[in-house]
Amino acid sequence: MKLLLKNATLVLRNGEKKADLLIDGGKISRISNNIEENCKTVDCTGKHVFAGLIDMHVHLREPGFEGKEDIESGSRAAVAGGFTQVCCMPNTNPVCDNAVVVSYIKYRQSQVNLCKINPVGAITRGQEGKAMAEIGKMKEAGAVAISDDGKTVADTNVMRLAMEYAHGFGLKCLCHCEDINLVDGGVVNEGYNSTLTGLKGSLRAAEDIIIAREIALAESLDIPVHICHVSTYSGVEIIRSAKARGVKVTAETCPHYFILTDDIITSFDTNTKVNPPVREEKDRLAIIEGLKDGTIDCIVTDHAPHALKDKQVEYNLAAFGMSGIETSFPLSYTYLVKTGQLTLSCLADKMSFNPSEILNLGAGEIKEGALADLTIADLSEKYVIDSGKFLSKGKNTPFNGFEVYGKVLYTIVDGNIKYKN
Amino acid sequence: MLTKKDLLGLYDTSAEEIDEILGIADKMRGFLSDKDKKSELLAGKSLVTLFYENSTRTRTSFELAGKYLGAHEVNISAAASSVQKGETLIDTGMTLDSMKIDFIAIRHPMAGAPALLARNVKASVLNGGDGMNEHPTQALLDMLTLKRKFGRIKGLKVAILGDIKHSRVAKSNLFGLKKLGAEVYMYSPETLMPKAIERLGAKVAKSREEAIDGADAVMGLRIQLERQHGGLFPSLSEYSKFYGIKDELLKYAKDGAVILHPGPVNRGVELTPSLIDGESSEILEQVACGVAVRMALLKLLSEYREANL
Repeated sequence: MKLLLKNATLVLRNGEKKADLLIDGGKISRISNNIEENCKTVDCTGKHVFAGLIDMHVHLREPGFEGKEDIESGSRAAVAGGFTQVCCMPNTNPVCDNAVVVSYIKYRQSQVNLCKINPVGAITRGQEGKAMAEIGKMKEAGAVAISDDGKTVADTNVMRLAMEYAHGFGLKCLCHCEDINLVDGGVVNEGYNSTLTGLKGSLRAAEDIIIAREIALAESLDIPVHICHVSTYSGVEIIRSAKARGVKVTAETCPHYFILTDDIITSFDTNTKVNPPVREEKDRLAIIEGLKDGTIDCIVTDHAPHALKDKQVEYNLAAFGMSGIETSFPLSYTYLVKTGQLTLSCLADKMSFNPSEILNLGAGEIKEGALADLTIADLSEKYVIDSGKFLSKGKNTPFNGFEVYGKVLYTIVDGNIKYKN
Repeated sequence: MLTKKDLLGLYDTSAEEIDEILGIADKMRGFLSDKDKKSELLAGKSLVTLFYENSTRTRTSFELAGKYLGAHEVNISAAASSVQKGETLIDTGMTLDSMKIDFIAIRHPMAGAPALLARNVKASVLNGGDGMNEHPTQALLDMLTLKRKFGRIKGLKVAILGDIKHSRVAKSNLFGLKKLGAEVYMYSPETLMPKAIERLGAKVAKSREEAIDGADAVMGLRIQLERQHGGLFPSLSEYSKFYGIKDELLKYAKDGAVILHPGPVNRGVELTPSLIDGESSEILEQVACGVAVRMALLKLLSEYREANL
């Protein structure tokens, strides 16, 4: 099966290049001007072609919470968002803490066959923070990393041993950073807006303390570690200084942390409830600065779809999380590239190359011989985000009605068109 | 004329509206002293008190306010309702709406719950206290007490001492008093002071004396005893020693200053018994003003409903 992309603007690691791109046998076989080939052809005039986007932090909810999302709806949403690969977190029911659940997810992926799905196994059994999960067996079944996402492994020694053990299998820990005692039931950022609304706040320190702890472990053990969904200015600074002295730490953030502030919570709209919480303007600006100077390596969605009933309740009772996989690319493009903060190549690194490097996925770059995982987007077309049109079961977004640029037109996985707008 | 169907808080109630409420409430306070408290103003209307937290005075006050004005009045307490069976607040609201209720007075442990209810019902929602957010009728009754005592709110200095952080009363008072031109000083242990309260207009004092200095009114807030178990302060005895309002502190206040407390009061903790029962205490007058304020609100919201719904 051949596929020819004509007159494309390829977004490469070090700039853009106008060329034709020929796909053959699931790989990029040729990149040059004026390729003529008698095969299916997509006219990419005026369109941009990215290495297939990779979201290394999503919740697909299956098995166990299919009312919120399942692997099929999540996959449809992912390819509609331009993603060719996603990594799904283990807080399912049962928890993905063993090879059987990892294999089940891989099996469901092969049935649905849209984007590639890389399971993330739990660090501890049942995500209870006590006994190590069977990390070796999960790796053998296809897990690409381990995480107790949604929770921090509270016992530091359990975390240390898991990091060491997983390192032996070449797996990284993806760390959800939250000192649960300090959070103490907080549901929003602690500050002016928590006082104004009377919603219980959570200090930046609750996140920062665990970021610092994981970095201290990584430094002492000389083992790489990855920090999930950074939301605080002070967390960015902790990671920046660790990187400067050579600690093997990587980090991710999400569009809501570089676009929104906690001013949005004053409406009591439960779609604004997320963990960690959106914080203040200085945090938002520091996150953007961290993306610019490389302190923050990746943009992920932390796609957390929920059923309507999980959100149509009192703010305290509402589930944490935002459905983000269908809006991540346009939001990131609109708020980072169109505003001149990041180049297109840099955005592509954050949303494809860097996640691939961190998890050794062997993707993330447009070059001859590489996998033909590609995302084609129209960057000039403006449209309005409408959660009613999401393919995800989760319509829970605070971005409804936002005007964005960067419409995903095609998502190609292993040379096959999996999504066409 | 009020501009919204609900009274959710004083943060988004204008100074003009507050003035109007206090004006009507002042008349209602007079009516309360009548021998025969009977009005047909709300005849044929219905009021439900929907309380998810314990309350004696607020609930009774709403009930009597409705009854004095001739409305039908029904109580729902969370323990006795389908809430125990897992019904959502929205479903409860829609159920009440179907019974053609005109007013719902709600108390709820979670901030924003009255707003959620208000968005989903045709009835007018009166916030009787939501978590750490607001308790607007309490603040209005405090303001009515002050206005009747001093003839004005503008230019008064009000000192609020106690658990500010968990107090919806302190916040609603802050919003209302500032809008009408009063100054609000606050003092508490740092563990009981919310972040950035200055940005909402409060002056945070460094001592009891500074808070009370030149005050026209000194308000003690209830210390919830469970806070001590939460580690927010070491003991009631220590709290009382360093943060309680003592008789001798009153000398810093203006002559004729009044003592307020939203109740129920822990005697000897927030306030000494001699202050509670003393000449300066307006604590029982606050309770009377509470009924008057709620009567005024029911009247004004009823007029809003006639005109707009």
